Amino acid sequence: MKIIINGKEEAVAENATLEEIVASRGLNPGGIIVELNYALVKRESWPDTILRENDRVEILRFVGGG
Amino acid sequence: MIKGTGNVSFYEERLKYAGFDFEGFFRRVTDADIERALARDRLAPQDYLALLSPRAEGFLEEMAQRAHRLTVQHFGRVILLYTPMYLSDHCVNQCLYCGFRAQNRLERKKLTPAQVEEEARVIAATGLKHVLILTGESRRESPVSYIRECVEVLRKHFTSISIEIYPLELEEYRELISAGVDGLTIYQEVYDEEVYAALHPAGPKRNYRFRLEAPERACRAGIRTVNVGALLGLHHWRSEAFFTGLHAGYLQDKFPEVEVSMSPPRMRPQMGGFQPRVKVGDRNLVQYMLAFRLFMPRAGITISTRERAELRDHLVRLGATRMSAGSCTAVGGRLEHWSAGQFEISDERSVAEMARMIYSQGYQPVFKDWHTV
Amino acid sequence: MADALKIGGRDLTSRLFLGTGKFSANRLIPEVVKASGAQVVTVALRRVDTDYQEENIAAYVPAGCILMPNTSGARTAEEAVRIARLARAAGCGDWVKIEVIRDNRYLLPDNYETIKATEILAAEGFVVLPYMSPDLSVAKRLAEAGAAAVMPLGSPIGSNRGLRTRELIRILIEEIPLPIIVDAGIGRPSEAAEAMEMGAAAVLVNTAIATAGDPVAMGRAFGLAVEAGRAAYLAGMPGTVDYARASSPLTGFLRD
Repeated sequence: MKIIINGKEEAVAENATLEEIVASRGLNPGGIIVELNYALVKRESWPDTILRENDRVEILRFVGGG
Repeated sequence: MIKGTGNVSFYEERLKYAGFDFEGFFRRVTDADIERALARDRLAPQDYLALLSPRAEGFLEEMAQRAHRLTVQHFGRVILLYTPMYLSDHCVNQCLYCGFRAQNRLERKKLTPAQVEEEARVIAATGLKHVLILTGESRRESPVSYIRECVEVLRKHFTSISIEIYPLELEEYRELISAGVDGLTIYQEVYDEEVYAALHPAGPKRNYRFRLEAPERACRAGIRTVNVGALLGLHHWRSEAFFTGLHAGYLQDKFPEVEVSMSPPRMRPQMGGFQPRVKVGDRNLVQYMLAFRLFMPRAGITISTRERAELRDHLVRLGATRMSAGSCTAVGGRLEHWSAGQFEISDERSVAEMARMIYSQGYQPVFKDWHTV
Repeated sequence: MADALKIGGRDLTSRLFLGTGKFSANRLIPEVVKASGAQVVTVALRRVDTDYQEENIAAYVPAGCILMPNTSGARTAEEAVRIARLARAAGCGDWVKIEVIRDNRYLLPDNYETIKATEILAAEGFVVLPYMSPDLSVAKRLAEAGAAAVMPLGSPIGSNRGLRTRELIRILIEEIPLPIIVDAGIGRPSEAAEAMEMGAAAVLVNTAIATAGDPVAMGRAFGLAVEAGRAAYLAGMPGTVDYARASSPLTGFLRD
């Protein structure tokens, strides 16, 4: 199925979880924030969050800024 | 206006000073505090209070120079002239200090629209274009509908009509504004809430807060000018002057589109014989005007015919921006000698004489600075 | 403490706010914080670039500092609100710098959207510090909307052009009963000192420190300049007396 990650359409396995998406990109879960369809998903809920077709995932982190 | 936590009424704002030790503050004021206040571009409330202190009496000339300069800078060398017109002296209030109080025995009068027209012609013949209409508080004798009717008559003769009547609800202010009123004068009389209660033993005027918030309601209703003041002689003038300044400042901050001014009316002898509780001398009055001007450089200062001619002549250069002329404090007093006035006026010069005096000081008398359309 | 800057229930002793963008290495940040004395540190929230592993900047901000996320990247009030809520949900605390920019050339803020965002976030209990183009009526509306401070720009972001908006900032300092924090444009310590002498409550500096030859030394210089300017303001800048002693007194008539 396809979902949108950070604005880009990507193909992922059916029933993939947020946890798997983050892990597959080699991201350190400690430093990032994940939003699903404009709502924040807490770290502990990632393994139970199953993605659906056309879901919008935003993966964010804090960076330097003034 | 955007709603937010910054939207408190002046009543709430004033409570911040509940229990404030004015005497203690005045004792601690130093010359250096006053000099610093004098050097500031924008005065904080405590600077204003320092300039109202007994100690600042030693700096009156410095204050006067600066007040004069600021007034010329913001207003030019002009004095707007207006005159009061009493519509009705029926009153249900018991203000201990007022000649119109309910239990004073006098034959009460109320102008009919035809009489309003007649008196308007008399005033208009002097060249004045700004009129201030006054009534006592009686929703039966002088309801809003009556005032509205009078305003409709007056519009034909004057370009600016201000009201000095009992406090109204927001909708009522809207109604009068749409009828042609563009200015509101309402004196709190006394900002000290306890003294206010003692001086207003009965009647609707006992409601301190409703009166205090009247200018805010008028501003929200779209009034163009508001004029506030404390009646000097009812309570310690320095703290009353301070709260008047804060009130004017509050209104100017909240309603930048409204022209805010202040009057420093001193009690005059009146029927009923109430004696001022506090003496406010010329020197005190001048100090108040000057301190206020420094605190509120862009606010108007209105000086009525309560003050003597000779003093008023001097006040032209000390920050005054508006003066009444050809005044009469009795209902229908310009038509014939009907009745006693609210108080005795002190400067009895005609409009033409006032204009000559103002010219002689290098100022210009202004009869019209607004035209309601 | 004698001269604390009170914002959002906190007492700050340092009046220098530090931005963390443009540093050549994140490890400089804790050193600059230490050298400058800054207690409020801003960060931004961005989409992760999965091709390029970055570090989490928050890890470099010393404990005890107030972490203030900005909403940079937001072009509308809605986007700013969303970023602020995310940052708070991610554990950033209640402070937020609203920054809404739709102008990519000068990076000047959109005051209208900024007011809208401030109103929403203040109502949600955020400590809102809006970055704005200095304008009196906007500042009043921000105050009414519940802002904890107002942050006018000295000149465009990153321009190091100093206090070009001096006169407008002076008016805000006079008229607005909230802390006025000069944000953006301050290029040298002397400009920070000048803002503080004028009565600014604090300054926010980023580019001038981050891109200095020695950021740590420059952080220290800014910290000292802010302290000096504040001390001068508190000392009461001697007024310039612009009237001569009058030859004809105005109050001579008073005899009583």
